[in-house]
Amino acid sequence: MLTVRNLHARVAGRDILKGIDLSVRFGEVHAIMGPNGSGKSTLARVLAGHPEYEVTAGEVTFEGEDLLAMDPETRARVGVFMAFQYPVEIPGVNNAYFLKTALNTVRKHRGKEELDAMEFLTLVRERMKQLDMDEAFLNRPVNEGFSGGEKKRNEIFQMAVLEPRLAVLDETDSGLDIDALRVVADGVNAMRSADRAFLVVTHYQRLLTYIVPDVVHVLSEGRIVRSGDKSLALELEDKGYGWLEEPVGKP
Amino acid sequence: MSTSTDTIEELAGREYQHGFVTDVEQEVIPRGLSEDVVRMISAKKNEPEWLLTWRLQAYRTWLAMKEPTWGNVTFGPIDYQNIIYYAAPKPKKTLTSLDEVDPEIRRTFEKLGIPLDEQKRFSGVAVDAVFDSVSVATTFKEKLGELGIIFCSFSDAVRNHPELVRKYLGTVVPYTDNFFATLNSAVFSDGSFAYIPKGVRCPMELSTYFRINAKETGQFERTLIVAEEGAYVSYLEGCTAPMRDENQLHAAVVELVALDNATIKYSTVQNWYPGDKDGKGGIYNFVTKRGACAGVNSKITWTQVETGSAITWKYPGCILQGDNSIGEFYSVATTNNWQQADTGTKMIHLGKNTKSTIVSKGISAGHGQNTYRGLVKIAKGAKGAHNYSKCDSLLIGDRCGAHTFPFLEIKNSTARVEHEASTSKIGEDQIFYCRQRGISTEDAVNMIVSGFCKDVFRQLPMEFAVEAQKLLSVSLEGSVG
Repeated sequence: MLTVRNLHARVAGRDILKGIDLSVRFGEVHAIMGPNGSGKSTLARVLAGHPEYEVTAGEVTFEGEDLLAMDPETRARVGVFMAFQYPVEIPGVNNAYFLKTALNTVRKHRGKEELDAMEFLTLVRERMKQLDMDEAFLNRPVNEGFSGGEKKRNEIFQMAVLEPRLAVLDETDSGLDIDALRVVADGVNAMRSADRAFLVVTHYQRLLTYIVPDVVHVLSEGRIVRSGDKSLALELEDKGYGWLEEPVGKP
Repeated sequence: MSTSTDTIEELAGREYQHGFVTDVEQEVIPRGLSEDVVRMISAKKNEPEWLLTWRLQAYRTWLAMKEPTWGNVTFGPIDYQNIIYYAAPKPKKTLTSLDEVDPEIRRTFEKLGIPLDEQKRFSGVAVDAVFDSVSVATTFKEKLGELGIIFCSFSDAVRNHPELVRKYLGTVVPYTDNFFATLNSAVFSDGSFAYIPKGVRCPMELSTYFRINAKETGQFERTLIVAEEGAYVSYLEGCTAPMRDENQLHAAVVELVALDNATIKYSTVQNWYPGDKDGKGGIYNFVTKRGACAGVNSKITWTQVETGSAITWKYPGCILQGDNSIGEFYSVATTNNWQQADTGTKMIHLGKNTKSTIVSKGISAGHGQNTYRGLVKIAKGAKGAHNYSKCDSLLIGDRCGAHTFPFLEIKNSTARVEHEASTSKIGEDQIFYCRQRGISTEDAVNMIVSGFCKDVFRQLPMEFAVEAQKLLSVSLEGSVG
């Protein structure tokens, strides 16, 4: 569903991604790991279309379409969701209104009926229950005054409501205590399905004990230097990232 | 750098939607200002001698006054001798009912969304429609009359209720008040008058819609609202003007009087022509609005949404005379392109346990400059007075400015005064976050701005809150950078 070929990207005049190749199929969960500054979050943001990141070479196709040609909102509408590493606060705009607007925009794009207030409430209540969230949360302004854990949970909640085809989780585990981590992971696991894929960007193996990946990629200096199954993550936990920096596989 | 900036800039292009001109036969007087002109205006209205005297006193006072320069706004010199002080559509005959309003004018108001047919009107809103210098129609007069409520043009009030006008005119904003108010006192042509008798709760919103049409004229309307003991009224004014290259002066005066236990809510949605993208043309909106909470437990609430005008200079205030009286000011002021606004309020606490609340939201975009200027004055005798002020500024782009000048004058040690202020910028981050959820840039900006203005919009009557929100999104369209 997602094919990344030779992707190069830069931000603020610095080259970060230096040739990423990646292929993700429906139903799969891919983990993107790597040391700080390796380009993990850049990859996530480039896929979401963040305007500050400039693609200098390469291509990305999503379900056969040129993803890079789409503006960020179109990517969201065709089913690319990014859970932010630092969710943004929008004072005065309540969660329910924000999410209903987003959901109906996405539904409209997919040729589905827009939901009215009652239908929307029924849906979000169900999702909130799954994520063990308080309903009062709907009337609070988007992310304003939320704790770090609440913000991350809100991202997963939005994902659960928007039902994307491809979900990119950008360091969703950072700043979470173990209980919150479990809730987030449960939310993700509940959404795993044959018609959806996940790209889980993380620095630590910890999250991957809860969200078990099909494939693990290790990024270093803007390139994928290793790919493997879930055991690769454990190996990294053991050895750290240092051993990967040496050039590999060159004759 | 970022593509979203370009997108947002592109969106800015939407034009002012009320900029058309109505072709009607006008009666205008020669340009310029003199005692003769003042007399001429008064004569056209067959005014009583006392009102002409009042106007002339104002005119003579004005001659010795200087245009104020303390505002944080800049504009070229205004040639007061080059303004036409009176313009009125020529009536085909004397109107006896609403059906006889000139169809051209009727169409104008319909185009503006203000149908003058009572049936077509939002139910529950009575309108006084002012076209250039005169009131052309007032709806629901009879229905209101049954309750003893007087709602009519200022000229009608002078004709039919001179004792009331004489009793209250100039009691809140005296003709000596300030340069623009004094000018208005000399040459005001029409406006609205509302009187709510003792114990009556006005069952519908009263509103005045001001339309400037004629070229090179100034509009000087005057509004007077009196709420007797225990009365309640909610009043709304709206305004638009054609797009013209030259600046036009609008110097209005509004006076409110609330007696014991009376409440007046006064809401403004100001959408005068703001000038074009390069700052050419637009209305100079130099307005004096003040309410007297004259009686105990009286309450006056000013709510304003200021999106139009090249320059806005207004400080709707309250004189909290009666013990336990309450003054409130809720304001959203936006400046886009080259607009300038210097607006705020004055809360003068005289009575005991008087309370005031100020919530001001300034939004600047383009090269717009937005100033909040407020005075909270607590007099010696105002024991237990309380003021709460909150002034927030939102910047869109990096070429605009926000300024805050809060003045406090406290002469009673039991007073409690709280002031909060914040300045924030619509971030690319916020917009990207919305877009990543499928929401377009335009909708994202609207959403962020209306979130910012929520505390003020919730003070507006329902229908108008929706209007105000729409207006705001049009006036700010494409302004994020």
